[in-house]
Amino acid sequence: MSTETLRIVWIYPDLLSTYGDRGNALILARRAQQRGFPVEVLEVRSDERLPTTADIYLIGGGEDGPQALGAQRLLADGGLHRAVAQGSVVFGVCAGYQLLGTSFFAKGTQYQGLELLDLSSDRGPSRAVGELAGDIDARLGLPPLTGFENHGGRTHLGPGVSPLARVTAGVGNDGATEGAWRGKLLGTYSHGPALARNPALADLLLRWATGAQHLPPLDDTWADRLRAERRTAVATARA
Amino acid sequence: MPISRVRWSGNLARVTDAKMPLRAKVASSVSRTAAALSRAAGRGDGSVIGGWLGLKIDPELLAHLSAGRAIALISGTNGKTTTTRLAAAAVGVLGRVATNSFGANMPTGHTSALAKAGSTPYAVLEVDEHYLAQVIEATDPHVVALLNLSRDQLDRAKEVAMMAQLWRAALARHPDIRVVANADDPMVVWAATPPASHDQRITPPHVTWFSAGQRWHDDSWVCPECGSTIQRSGEQWWCTGCALRRPEPQWTVDEEGVVDPTGAWYKVKLQLPGKVNIGNAATALAVAAEFGVRPFDAVPRLGDVTSVAGRYAQVVRDGRTVRLLLAKNPASWLEAFDMADEAPTLLSINARDPDGLDTSWLFDVDFAPLRGRLVLITGDRAYDLAVRLEVNDVPFQYVRTFDEAVRAVPPGRLEVIANYTAFQDIRAELDRVN
Repeated sequence: MSTETLRIVWIYPDLLSTYGDRGNALILARRAQQRGFPVEVLEVRSDERLPTTADIYLIGGGEDGPQALGAQRLLADGGLHRAVAQGSVVFGVCAGYQLLGTSFFAKGTQYQGLELLDLSSDRGPSRAVGELAGDIDARLGLPPLTGFENHGGRTHLGPGVSPLARVTAGVGNDGATEGAWRGKLLGTYSHGPALARNPALADLLLRWATGAQHLPPLDDTWADRLRAERRTAVATARA
Repeated sequence: MPISRVRWSGNLARVTDAKMPLRAKVASSVSRTAAALSRAAGRGDGSVIGGWLGLKIDPELLAHLSAGRAIALISGTNGKTTTTRLAAAAVGVLGRVATNSFGANMPTGHTSALAKAGSTPYAVLEVDEHYLAQVIEATDPHVVALLNLSRDQLDRAKEVAMMAQLWRAALARHPDIRVVANADDPMVVWAATPPASHDQRITPPHVTWFSAGQRWHDDSWVCPECGSTIQRSGEQWWCTGCALRRPEPQWTVDEEGVVDPTGAWYKVKLQLPGKVNIGNAATALAVAAEFGVRPFDAVPRLGDVTSVAGRYAQVVRDGRTVRLLLAKNPASWLEAFDMADEAPTLLSINARDPDGLDTSWLFDVDFAPLRGRLVLITGDRAYDLAVRLEVNDVPFQYVRTFDEAVRAVPPGRLEVIANYTAFQDIRAELDRVN
């Protein structure tokens, strides 16, 4: 951590907050506080400068127009690139995941991405809407990913990133892989409050940000029940 | 003060089947019969099946049935069923009013409502926001009320800005329609203002603005006109990049009452709870005024409305007075918290098709107003809600069934806030026993 306080920045909630994206900031803050870390959550609007010294940056989902606008403003601001160069954690969801790549499509036009992750996105044949599940890259040591996806894009990964997960239900990047990660940057199509259904993923981001090897376990009774219920629902739908 | 100009000209009494082409007559008759059969068979109120059959026989049926009537359409993401009910009561000052009071708010429902309306000269119709453009074309309404636009079932609904664009295009094609619109919602103001008049300081003559309070702002931070940021201060809002700003409302809400365009204040005593419904009453009075109804005459009728399609209904069960509130999306949850008393509260969440399959919106709602109340949770997706409440620091108790919830609270009031199918489930449960 750069300071005594864990600083979480939620990037452009005025543009990129369509599906309960606030949840990720809330979950991270709570899980950090329960481990005794003082936490500060900053909501930075698109007409404000992005602070470059925060520990975790969150980028949420959004419609085409706001996504393109968000990418343009982040490129012009340059703050996120400086923060990444200093080792900050970035977690991108859906539109926020796409714009971390080299390019994405919005309103039928190709836009330049932030080029922080080696991936590019285009339009898929159909909209991917529904439950999303996958087995996460074993190197991350996490239980399976569970989420809900709602996107029209397909994402192609370059050699510079690893898939976050192998898809077991839903579409993700392309029906085979889902999300991507490199270093302390991670993106997923599991939209909105993805961390609510994946507390272990939240803890991974906190470990990356704090440098802690282990975090004391928390009572995740309700999240575990939710995960089990969703796993059953996906299995039932497939049967 | 805007004068209520009336466009139709006294030909209302001539609305009869005799004026319709044969095909429309047959369709109208079949529609009524099917609706009656459906009701007799206990398969709902019949308003959807009847209208569906009628439209199959004559696709123009809705247009035929609308001819010669003075019609108000009421649309928006939230409050349309209640506002329609209140507006129908207010317009009732003039005589009989046809309305789709069961919330069947698509063209089949409108067709059915008008098919059984006979020569009723007036109609107040609730319209699903996705169908507003289509229903405007079919019914040639006298007045259209635009309540609000916010996120609702995003896994299938059109995004908010796109909906505003559809409304705007439809109204631009019909510049003679009187519009009653919410000054507090930037999306609605933009939709109600024709493209030619970018300067919002000049209110187009056919728009009457109301202000009913707006709790939900998260879908209108970006200007639909130019993409700049929208700023807010108190009740005012303005675009930082163009002329779009809050117009001065002619109808407002103040101290349990409604202020009309002349500045006269009317105490509004409703049986429906919350300030939200005073706002809905203001909208209803503004709609009725477009038909020439004076608030003085209409206000007493609003107080006669007790429940709306089961909403707000109170049922006594095992010594508990259960009140049902419907909340379908983030904006309407905030309104439900306003309406609910400080009492034990059951929250029930499903995510079936009519609800939208995605529960992410739970994180767009701040449940903090419920702190300090005994909160119970149930429904298909209670676990999603549990995770949400935990991080919101709202203690809760999980119950498997509605019955269990009733037993878990002390005698007295139990507020129930549920989303669509969860609401219907509990309503059916109450109907079964009572």
